[in-house]
Amino acid sequence: MSAKTTQIKNRDRRRFLQDAARGAAGCAVAGMGLTWLVQDARALPDRAIRPPGALAEDDFLSACIRCGLCVRDCPYDTLVLAELGVDGAATGTPFFTARDIPCEMCDDIPCVAACPTGALDKGLTNIDDAKMGVAVLIDQENCLNALGLRCDVCYRVCPVIDEAITLETTHNARSGHHAIFMPTVHADKCTGCGKCEKSCVLPGESAIKVLPMRTARAEAADHYKRGWEENNPLVDELIDLPDRLPGPGTDNLVAPGGFTGDAIPDPSMEGGFKPSFSLPGTGGSN
Amino acid sequence: MSDKTHLPVGAEAIRDKGWFNAHRYLILRRVSQTFFLSLFLLGPWFGIWWVKGNLSGSMTFDILPLTDPFITLQGLAAGHWPELTALIGALIVGVAYALIGGRVYCSWVCPINPVTDAASWLHRKLDLPKGWQPKRNTRYFMLGMVIAVSALTGTIAWEFVNPISMLHRGLIFGMGFAWAFVIGVFLFDLILARRGWCGHLCPVGAFYGLLGQKSVLRITADKREACDDCMDCFAVCPEMHVITPALRGTDEDTPLILSPDCTNCGRCIDVCSVDVFHFTHRFDETPAPGRVRTRSNPAPKVGKAA
Repeated sequence: MSAKTTQIKNRDRRRFLQDAARGAAGCAVAGMGLTWLVQDARALPDRAIRPPGALAEDDFLSACIRCGLCVRDCPYDTLVLAELGVDGAATGTPFFTARDIPCEMCDDIPCVAACPTGALDKGLTNIDDAKMGVAVLIDQENCLNALGLRCDVCYRVCPVIDEAITLETTHNARSGHHAIFMPTVHADKCTGCGKCEKSCVLPGESAIKVLPMRTARAEAADHYKRGWEENNPLVDELIDLPDRLPGPGTDNLVAPGGFTGDAIPDPSMEGGFKPSFSLPGTGGSN
Repeated sequence: MSDKTHLPVGAEAIRDKGWFNAHRYLILRRVSQTFFLSLFLLGPWFGIWWVKGNLSGSMTFDILPLTDPFITLQGLAAGHWPELTALIGALIVGVAYALIGGRVYCSWVCPINPVTDAASWLHRKLDLPKGWQPKRNTRYFMLGMVIAVSALTGTIAWEFVNPISMLHRGLIFGMGFAWAFVIGVFLFDLILARRGWCGHLCPVGAFYGLLGQKSVLRITADKREACDDCMDCFAVCPEMHVITPALRGTDEDTPLILSPDCTNCGRCIDVCSVDVFHFTHRFDETPAPGRVRTRSNPAPKVGKAA
């Protein structure tokens, strides 16, 4: 190989490496910008509710191609595609605003059927299993039922009435002789359709609102036992701790039941039981 | 170069072939772009739901699913295996463009094409400097970057910024501030970089180019002998580097424009007053004498004086 061809080869290699480095650097910058944009845009506002069967938000954005076929097949015009800079959801992705048009919970779930990619999970076959969000009675100061009136509208319109929303009666302390019929949402039954939010009679904002699960629900405390629900004690054998009875002294182990020393009564209880203390107003021994 | 280069681009073709023949493919392309857009607009505007959806994914006559293969690819990179409908749709679109030329999408369907064409037209009218001209292969870096970001963030990343979907979806479903992206691309092409977006950066174009690398439908410079060096084809071609090897080749070189960057827009056919270019298929082996002046290929006797 002549010196000249080697020279040309070297020059070409240098040029190639330079170009490649330049391209890679440019794209790294552009890529960082895009990554930042994507991360920024994936924050879904709480007021934007995804269609039934929507995958969790992170998975949703890997699956939704923003074609709008769910929007087209929604018979109630509930679903819309987010517009850039107008709606908070990632641009072009489907959502609905419950206060405007709630989900009517069609039996055949046409939006899920229309989705070509599975961003709306075809595994959802019964609309009652949908988990678009969960209704929360968020303003208990203005809810008419909470004030002791009988509005009941959210309860009446609920497609899963008496399961997703029940009216729990409690004493109305204000009037003293009425009941409060408190609308109470049961998250395991609520589909998040938003009919309650839509029909709340309050002007402007609704007292009951559908919120995404991630906002509305806490995580159950698995490290606490609900003794009233499950009947298996923490320890196998029953530990019989000394009973605490009212009486003088705070250390009931030193003076069990308030009895000290020789004042301990005859265990046979002959002559009846006589505590060493007296309750106020009973005219006791001393 | 001939003394005709100073004439306005296309003037000669209009004179020799008439205005219509000098704009035939341009008109056909505008008709095609309008046609594909109107298919999608028939529903929302007139309630005729033949086609539902948009260019990212659509359903025609409730039976034919079409999906953008590039978006599908990003979804796969993001870790989502789509339903069969989307895969079939992407396959149909992919095969179609692999046959007729991937970048046919760019020049005959893409709604951003009229925008960048307008920018390029104005650029030429105002005689602006060509500005920043990155390497043609920058688009492949962009393509790789988009796939990488999709995989990294687990999202269909380009759809957050893609001006094509922004415009198309905007027209069909509601625009919001998506206009900003369209105006951005227009100004970018007009002021910052001539033919910058479609010709250098757009990863969608890069993807479709790769898809149509072995496409059947091709343009040939089969009458390259007749070329009078007016340079009009170079002036109108959005990817002018694709012309050179075909037009300036020797007898042995194929007159076919085989670069995957060629968008099959046909503007070179329009503006050529001597009809050097034609549509053909990639297996066309009609001999086409080259124009490179060598001893074995002397200049033709006639036409030299012109």
